[in-house]
Amino acid sequence: MKMKKLAAMALAGTIAATPAMAELVIPDLSYRTGPYAAGGTPFSDGYQDYFNLLNARDGGIGGEPIRIVECETGYNTEKGVECYESTKGEGALIYQPLSTGITYQIIPKATVDEIPIHTMGYGRTSAANGEVFNWVFNYPANYWDAASVMVNYLLEENGGDLSGKKIALVYHNSAYGKEPIRTLEELSAMHGFELSQLAVDHPGQEQKSQWLQIRRERPDYVLMWGWGVMNQVAVQEAANIGFPMENFIGNWWAGAEHDVTPAGAGADGYKSLNMNRIDASLPVFAEIQSLVHEAGNAAGDGSNVGSVLYTRGMYAAMLAAEAIAKAQEIHGVSDVTAAMVRDGMAALEITEARMAELGMSQIGPEFSVSCENHGGSGLGIVQQWNAADGQWVALTDYIAPDDSVIDPLIAADSAAFAAENNIEPGCL
Amino acid sequence: MSADFLYGIEVVINGLMAGVLYALVALGFVLIYKASGIFNYAQGVMALFSALTLAGIMSGQVPFAHLINAIFGTDIHYFGWNVPVLAAIILTLIVMVIFAWCVQRFVFRHLVGQEPIILFMATIGLAYFLEGVGDLMWGSDIKTLNVGLPQGGSRFVEDATAGLGGDDFFGFFIDKLDMVATVVAIILVAGLIAFSQYTKQGRAMRAVADDHQAALSVGISLNFIWVLVWSLAGLVALVAGIMWGAKSGVQFSLSLIALKALPVLMLGGFTSIPGAIVGGLIIGVGEKLFEYLIGAPYLGGATENWFAYVLALLFLVFRPQGLFGERIIERV
Repeated sequence: MKMKKLAAMALAGTIAATPAMAELVIPDLSYRTGPYAAGGTPFSDGYQDYFNLLNARDGGIGGEPIRIVECETGYNTEKGVECYESTKGEGALIYQPLSTGITYQIIPKATVDEIPIHTMGYGRTSAANGEVFNWVFNYPANYWDAASVMVNYLLEENGGDLSGKKIALVYHNSAYGKEPIRTLEELSAMHGFELSQLAVDHPGQEQKSQWLQIRRERPDYVLMWGWGVMNQVAVQEAANIGFPMENFIGNWWAGAEHDVTPAGAGADGYKSLNMNRIDASLPVFAEIQSLVHEAGNAAGDGSNVGSVLYTRGMYAAMLAAEAIAKAQEIHGVSDVTAAMVRDGMAALEITEARMAELGMSQIGPEFSVSCENHGGSGLGIVQQWNAADGQWVALTDYIAPDDSVIDPLIAADSAAFAAENNIEPGCL
Repeated sequence: MSADFLYGIEVVINGLMAGVLYALVALGFVLIYKASGIFNYAQGVMALFSALTLAGIMSGQVPFAHLINAIFGTDIHYFGWNVPVLAAIILTLIVMVIFAWCVQRFVFRHLVGQEPIILFMATIGLAYFLEGVGDLMWGSDIKTLNVGLPQGGSRFVEDATAGLGGDDFFGFFIDKLDMVATVVAIILVAGLIAFSQYTKQGRAMRAVADDHQAALSVGISLNFIWVLVWSLAGLVALVAGIMWGAKSGVQFSLSLIALKALPVLMLGGFTSIPGAIVGGLIIGVGEKLFEYLIGAPYLGGATENWFAYVLALLFLVFRPQGLFGERIIERV
């Protein structure tokens, strides 16, 4: 009896002495409820499913399991900040807030807390200047790239000449919606097209005035910076007034399946940008299906696997995972800290060979990140909605933005931010 | 006639049509306030919930599928059938009547005699509860609502008026869906007025609205009347949900259409059905004209949301009870 007791105590002591398994904590500031849930849910499903795949297939990243901490923001900036505050203490390694409003609020906090933020194709555009925004990354592309890619696409369509053309920008009347205005004004002056701006108030359920104005002024093209219900109503209103849908181009947050399906056949021909390709036949989706969904570990019900925003969420998770792996390689440890992950992000290199190895060949452009450039390549493709088949079709290869316009704007805006906040630009 | 003048007329016509859609939402508020003195904050969410239910029933969606699958480990989402529009509307109305009974039985029956602010707070709770139940029951994805309503501008009107203002005028644009909404609103209001004037239940409803105590003393059941009123508000919410949902798909931002009804109520009064209609028309025309003449050219646009409230406030200053509200009489 005494021996048994001693053996049990020895066993208990051994268990207690074993170091706890480290975890890579990744918060997911999701929004599955409220007016913007239709966009937030598939992105979050894709984001989480990829990390669940890594856990199931590889045991995590570099042997360390991943723990996802989900926090519902409802796309509400205040709740988003609360989510940030409540999750950072868990050992958060990287944030992907999926909201420009939340991003603006947590940039100063994350900078002080030394936790990197990845705002993929949203957030503060001038964060591409890594010497000012040491802890913020917005690769592979930003809003100003998107505006420039749109104009470059239209230049291609018009034999390189947009002079005399009328282009209208329909935008969400918020910090997000106003982001491309300065770039488009510069491009308007450079290429000689006439730019008109039409603001739509949140949430965008009622846009009759804006589309009557478009009908009166008959612009050659309409560009859109929308999100949520604004997208569906805009597509419907454009179809209602008989605007040629092939001349209506949304940015990459106005180009998901649910943005066009409510308008039915009327949405046929509508175009949008995308920062990544969509291809449901990619091997990674089959792996997610078998190792995550069939194992009962999926974040959602599986209905949106392969959709535009699911794919983008998965792509964002892949970029985060690659940055963590890079951080492990740089620092020679598997149990990395947020500061180390920042180093991994700043040294990230995404190649076609690596994407193919991960089962997602050509999902995004090849790009590399540096201490100075947190913005990536800025490339985007143009896709078009085929209502009969119910799918997006890529129309172009990756189109490059006009860096001669974008770079000075980024330099000026980030310099102003640095001056306001007493930041001495430089690499960490 | 000049093209600018004709476009001004087009803005007025479209403002009137938009006003009808606002009035549809405001009607639900008026019905409940008139009968029970409750400002129903949940009216917008009721429009959302009824439209979600209609779309869910039509597509054969299994209610609470996520919950069922999570508890029992199943993977069911759809029954595999589609329900015809009319049957789905009837089933949705039954759901809204059950909801009305539940609201009366489990919420307001326990709050009889409480201050109006308490009742108002209860409807705020109800709004969030109903939004959550809607999400749990039908999911948060956007649902296409195809009940056979026409979409797009009327080519007939456009072609018939195209020559009125020279080459710069392209004819009047009138949305066919808005035209249907106008007809439906007229039928709905006529029906509600006929119901309240010529039926026993309608007269009882008016009696309760006039004086609860007197109505009770002649044997009218307050509980029944309140269930009836909430059911009617559910019907109005369903109509509003269909009209707005047909434009954008059924999604959770539909609940925010209540914000469009508030200036209408401030202007038309909380107790008048004609007031809701006229208020809606004034707000619709006012905000659209302001945007056309001043907002878009001089203020950068997007003025409609706030200008509707400015317009309502102006009316409120001179007529606090609203255009058609009951006159405020204070006896000393």
